Amino acid sequence: MRRVVGLIVWLVLVAFLVLGVLLIHPFGYPPSQMDDYIIENAQEETGNNNVVASVVFDYRGYDTLGEATILFTAVTGVLLLLRTLKRREEGS
Amino acid sequence: MLSKIVRTVANQLILFILIFGLYVIAHGHLTPGGGFQGGAVIVSGVVMLIVAFGSKELKKSLREHVLSVMESSGALMFIILAFIGIGTVFFYNLLVGTPIFGRIPPDGPNPGDFWTGGVVPLMNLAVGLKVVAGLSAVVLAMALFSSGEEVEE
Repeated sequence: MRRVVGLIVWLVLVAFLVLGVLLIHPFGYPPSQMDDYIIENAQEETGNNNVVASVVFDYRGYDTLGEATILFTAVTGVLLLLRTLKRREEGS
Repeated sequence: MLSKIVRTVANQLILFILIFGLYVIAHGHLTPGGGFQGGAVIVSGVVMLIVAFGSKELKKSLREHVLSVMESSGALMFIILAFIGIGTVFFYNLLVGTPIFGRIPPDGPNPGDFWTGGVVPLMNLAVGLKVVAGLSAVVLAMALFSSGEEVEE
């Protein structure tokens, strides 16, 4: 029973992913105005020569905030896990 | 701990690795790189020190609570810098046009002026601090754990 359910879930997932790959837009289509806008205006709006830095820290700041939060969570998790394992080894 | 040759070479090299990492962090708004990349460069130097000297030796100079205070202050600095522009919108670059990092470069290719970029260089610094402290703490904790040492509280 579990195998049948697992097979059905797997098939649905694979079909979903294959369909997603097949239905994706052709590369560069539809043409977006956002990249042209950023290339034209990033230097005078944010003063950065490095346009990537201006996208990462200015236009898409929320994304970088999420990245920093992920890093923080990962560090906290690793330290927490290693400490707990150490204590359990000593206790047993 | 490895041989004396390795330790001496690591001692000499760590300075150059630190300088290169700080350069990548500080010039993140002018050249390719930034806080994450420069922080990873510095942490690679820390890994080299762990390999050469052993985690037990490095534990004496890299305190874990100092590292976690550094990481938290980096995160806090980042969020405060994001909140500076809350008058207009979250993550608004308020410092463009002011004397601090506010110069506007000429359009197109130019040699680059350090005092440009608004809050972006400061955010690079905050993220660099965070990455250095966080990844050093993780690497050190893993090295201490695998060598059977006590992870410091």
